[in-house]
Amino acid sequence: MSLLEIENLQITFGGLDALSNLDFAIEEGEIVSVIGPNGAGKTTFFNAISGMIPPTSGEIIFDGESVLGLDPNQITEMGIARTFQNVRLFPNMTVLENVMVSQHCRTSQLVVGALFQTKAFKKEEKEIRERAEEILSFFGTRLVGYRLDQPAFALSYANRRRLEIARAMATQPRLLLLDEPVAGMNPIETAELTALIGRLRDEWGFTIVIIEHDMKVVRDVSDRVVVLDHGVPIAQGSYDDVSTNPDVIEAYLGRPVEAKR
Amino acid sequence: MMSTSLPSRKLFDQDWKRVSFWGSICALSQVFICLVGLPAELNRRILIESTLSLGYLFIIWVPLVFGYVVSKMVELEGVENPKPGAAELLSGAITGLLGGLGLVVLMLGIDNFDLRDPLLNWNPKLLRLLTFENSIGFGSMIWLLVGVGLGVFGASLHQMTTRIRKMVAYAIFGLFTLAVLEDVIDDLSEGLRLEWLSDMIYAKRGGITVTSTIVIAVVLAALPLLTRGKVKEAVSRYRSSDNPAEQQRNSIVLFALVAVVFLVLPWFLGGIINELLANVGLFLLLALGLNIVVGLAGLLDLGYVAFFAVGGYTTAVFTSPNSPWFSPETHFGISLLVVVVMATLAGLLIGAPVIRMRGDYLAIVTLGFGEIIRLLFLSDWLKPYLGGSQGITNIPGIDLGPWEVRGADPRSVFYMVLAFCVLAIYVSWRLQGSRIGRAWMAIREDESVAEVMGINTVNSKLMAFVVGAVLASFSGAVLAAKVGSVFPKSFEILVSIIILVVVIVGGMGSITGVMVGSLVLIGILGGPRQPGLLQEFQNYKLLIYGALLVFMMLKRPEGLVPTARRTRELHQEEYLQDAWLGDDDSEQQEEAGERL
Amino acid sequence: MSEILKKKFKKRVSGVDRFLTFIRVLMATLIVVGVLAFIAQQVWPENPFTEWRNPDARGLTGDQFKGLIVSGLSQGAMYGLIALGYSMVYGVLGFINFAHGEVFMVGTMSGWITSEKLHDAGLWESNFILSLFVIIFVAIATSTVTAVITERIAYRPLRNSPRLIPLITSIGVSFFIQNAALGLFGPTSKGYPRLPEWLSKQRSILTVEIAGTKILVMVVAAVSMAGLWYLVERTQTGRAMRAVAEDKEIASLMGINVNRTIVITFGVGGAMAGVGGILWGLLFRSVTHMTGFLPGIKAFTAAVVGGIGNMGGAMAGGVFLGSAESIAPMVILEPLGVPGVSQLKDAVAFTVLVLVLLFKPSGLFGERLSQEDRA
Repeated sequence: MSLLEIENLQITFGGLDALSNLDFAIEEGEIVSVIGPNGAGKTTFFNAISGMIPPTSGEIIFDGESVLGLDPNQITEMGIARTFQNVRLFPNMTVLENVMVSQHCRTSQLVVGALFQTKAFKKEEKEIRERAEEILSFFGTRLVGYRLDQPAFALSYANRRRLEIARAMATQPRLLLLDEPVAGMNPIETAELTALIGRLRDEWGFTIVIIEHDMKVVRDVSDRVVVLDHGVPIAQGSYDDVSTNPDVIEAYLGRPVEAKR
Repeated sequence: MMSTSLPSRKLFDQDWKRVSFWGSICALSQVFICLVGLPAELNRRILIESTLSLGYLFIIWVPLVFGYVVSKMVELEGVENPKPGAAELLSGAITGLLGGLGLVVLMLGIDNFDLRDPLLNWNPKLLRLLTFENSIGFGSMIWLLVGVGLGVFGASLHQMTTRIRKMVAYAIFGLFTLAVLEDVIDDLSEGLRLEWLSDMIYAKRGGITVTSTIVIAVVLAALPLLTRGKVKEAVSRYRSSDNPAEQQRNSIVLFALVAVVFLVLPWFLGGIINELLANVGLFLLLALGLNIVVGLAGLLDLGYVAFFAVGGYTTAVFTSPNSPWFSPETHFGISLLVVVVMATLAGLLIGAPVIRMRGDYLAIVTLGFGEIIRLLFLSDWLKPYLGGSQGITNIPGIDLGPWEVRGADPRSVFYMVLAFCVLAIYVSWRLQGSRIGRAWMAIREDESVAEVMGINTVNSKLMAFVVGAVLASFSGAVLAAKVGSVFPKSFEILVSIIILVVVIVGGMGSITGVMVGSLVLIGILGGPRQPGLLQEFQNYKLLIYGALLVFMMLKRPEGLVPTARRTRELHQEEYLQDAWLGDDDSEQQEEAGERL
Repeated sequence: MSEILKKKFKKRVSGVDRFLTFIRVLMATLIVVGVLAFIAQQVWPENPFTEWRNPDARGLTGDQFKGLIVSGLSQGAMYGLIALGYSMVYGVLGFINFAHGEVFMVGTMSGWITSEKLHDAGLWESNFILSLFVIIFVAIATSTVTAVITERIAYRPLRNSPRLIPLITSIGVSFFIQNAALGLFGPTSKGYPRLPEWLSKQRSILTVEIAGTKILVMVVAAVSMAGLWYLVERTQTGRAMRAVAEDKEIASLMGINVNRTIVITFGVGGAMAGVGGILWGLLFRSVTHMTGFLPGIKAFTAAVVGGIGNMGGAMAGGVFLGSAESIAPMVILEPLGVPGVSQLKDAVAFTVLVLVLLFKPSGLFGERLSQEDRA
């Protein structure tokens, strides 16, 4: 059984199909890239999986259970986490708090524990903190040390992207959705993050779906590539297959002039 | 990064448009303040014997502030400003002069036309006040001179060295505080058997004596010279200590100090001041609750008074022998349990329908709920249960075995309120640093992302509502026992707004801020019905609160005492991280940036 | 396909949802039962339910009922005029201008001052129509100026902050204006001069007894509404307003002066509130510094009821709210045996707000907001 199955997914905004007839599956342990020109419906696809937009029709099955009609927090609890294209951190919370708060759905202490400082509360609080530090140390020295207590808005752009990934990791997902993780990074940072994505799967065991425009990253990390155009999947397969597919080239570069009807 | 290398402007090289604009605003503000009636009413309060009353203070701060504003240079990056000099002083002077002219025109107007019909304060009393019971010519002279003088003074604030500016600020602010706190110091020195001290500072008929004004001003001005920034250093060391254990120790020491002061203080204070402190405490309790709802969870609850009312009425119904339908008198402790249950229910009942609404709709709908509850308490429909407009009277005090807490003994009420406040502070402090507190903050920052990150926003928000409701209901319960009666009139929307002002002025989300906010605002200006230290403000409280709310939102949205988090924000920034350079290089540059 | 659709509605229900459904059902039942009981009480006064809940009910005569509707409509027209200001500002800037009720109060207040002066000069009696135009003009002028000044001082610097910030600011502005009026004009209630007999007398139109003042109110409201509709839908300025409401950034790229358009929006909203203020003065003939508070909140309710950002909706919402708060206490609450229903008029208005947001958050006629304002 696949980890995530998309069946005939369709999303319509006021008569415009943002996605239609999307049909594919993601296996456990895979890294899949979703590419396509701007406006192809890639982010809409992520929004649908994470429960932010209800699909018009179709089915999304995660680990054998439908996620349709669930609130986003319930979907996250099932094991799907995501990042955002336009980084959306909690800007006035510290780096550490950003990661700690994301473990919300894996922890349980409420008001009473906090007020009476019960043993269970202290233990859980310690675990949350340690876990957060462990996750942040995954990014080397960039997000630890004095930066733990810095507010997120004071971070550099690249660090914000890293922190967003850390925050998604903290929800302890099985499926990680990364929306343009290297957008706006310089070549060195991009290379570094590309390597990290591979390690995310190998060391942490996440299945990963990436939306990305940087073809080098796509080539380096993905097991499989899905190409969307105008909400319709036009090709699937390995990077090499897809990159030579005439439909894909046409979608990106446009039809040759003489072929226009 | 002030760049002042350009030579200063020539004396008459003025931006006339700007100066005349601010000058006319200055004049309009002064005339407005006079016509609203502030000076006439506040004239009763004397700050400095036979020299300055609060009423006059309210006129003369205007040219000072506008003189400061008009001579302030706009600093643009890469543009060098001329060195401030005499030209700036002149703009301040002109602004003040125009302000004074406004008052002259007003005096002539009052003397020659009768507009008393719509304008209540267009009367001889105001004229007498403005002319110092003398001729209009004399008054005009004085006001023009005062305007020019203060305008220049305001403008000169930019040109003083930091130390002198600090000395001036210490002297003015210290004297003002001393004058405002006259009642407290009088009372305290009586309690400490130090009457000679207050007799020395204050005149018989109120206000600081002229001699002591001068002496105190000199002493205060000398303070910064003596300490030479050592205090500030200590404070910043205290605030920015890296070691969490040390930080915690510091906080505990500070807290213990404050606690001891508050435990001992009431014994040296008289009834009126104790009563005042008890009122401050009641509002602090409310404000701490609202701080959780607004400051932490970001839900603008304008009907917060509803929970206050629920607490008060529940206590009234269960403890008063006069309550219309529940005749047995229960002990306050038992009724407090009922209060908690009722407040929780009210929190859920009001919270559930509004929790999914947009933030601003939530504000208006909670406001609606607050009004609905008050109207229901007032209605004939629930009169058989809650007494309608007559309310419920004869609520007994709180019987605590050896002690009894009742309104006639403000000291006991103060201790009771103090106990609840400590509880509320503890609750806020613990929740802030817990899982649920972090969830609230995340919701405040970005609700939809919080939800995607696995936070059940509906439940978390409801919890904030309930915690806030319970704290407010405690305040209501103590109020009922203190006053001995509850009326719908005590629970108007006004209460919600005033608490909101307290939270915002203090600093949203900051416990210390809320404490300072309620001490300053409720203590000095007073609550909706409770007078503060400056009782003369009674009729103008809301005017000031409204203006304060606007001012804070425009100029200092983080409040007087922002959270440590926000203070930190200003000191640490990452530099040059996005550099298109190798890893090592960027680290080095970062360090360079930090050294700058 | 049907299976897929079934699955789509599987949404897991939380406790809060259940509770909300319960409230919806409860309120709907109460309303239906109340209306049925009212009908029963009219048709058969001795029916058992009435005997049980409301034994000394006398019911309403046809004339009383018509009277309720007429006063509801005239008051609703006024709410509608104020609601336009809320709706327009929300549509363009995406925040609730809490101080708009105070703008309305300023209109009423200036109308009072002018009318009194006119009364002293004798013009009020000798040429009422002219005086009416004068006071409307003065009220429009002062309200517009107030609205524009508040925008300049309090809202413009906050244009890009989160939407709760300008809301809080506007609460401050509201209290400031209210209490400034208290300080300037004193706390007493001020009465408009007596209206001429030919205007205020009862007339009978289509069997409905109606005071001339109320007809005047409705006519003036309708004319103002038509003028506003023309401005927004048919002029260059109106087009600019709609464009700014849709997307400020793009509008400015298209050469629209956004600041100017926003000022115009505030000004037009203020003018409508000024007209509403005069109508209030004619209808109730008294004004205090608190006059703006409740009508302000109710007008916002009307704007939400009609769908915020929607001009026609605001007017319709006002009329709906006015009639609801005038009729519902007698028709729904009294038959259910609630005593002293007239005290609950304001509570009814707020309940309407809660109910509309529970049943149809986008208002009865749909809201018109840009994407970012809706978020």
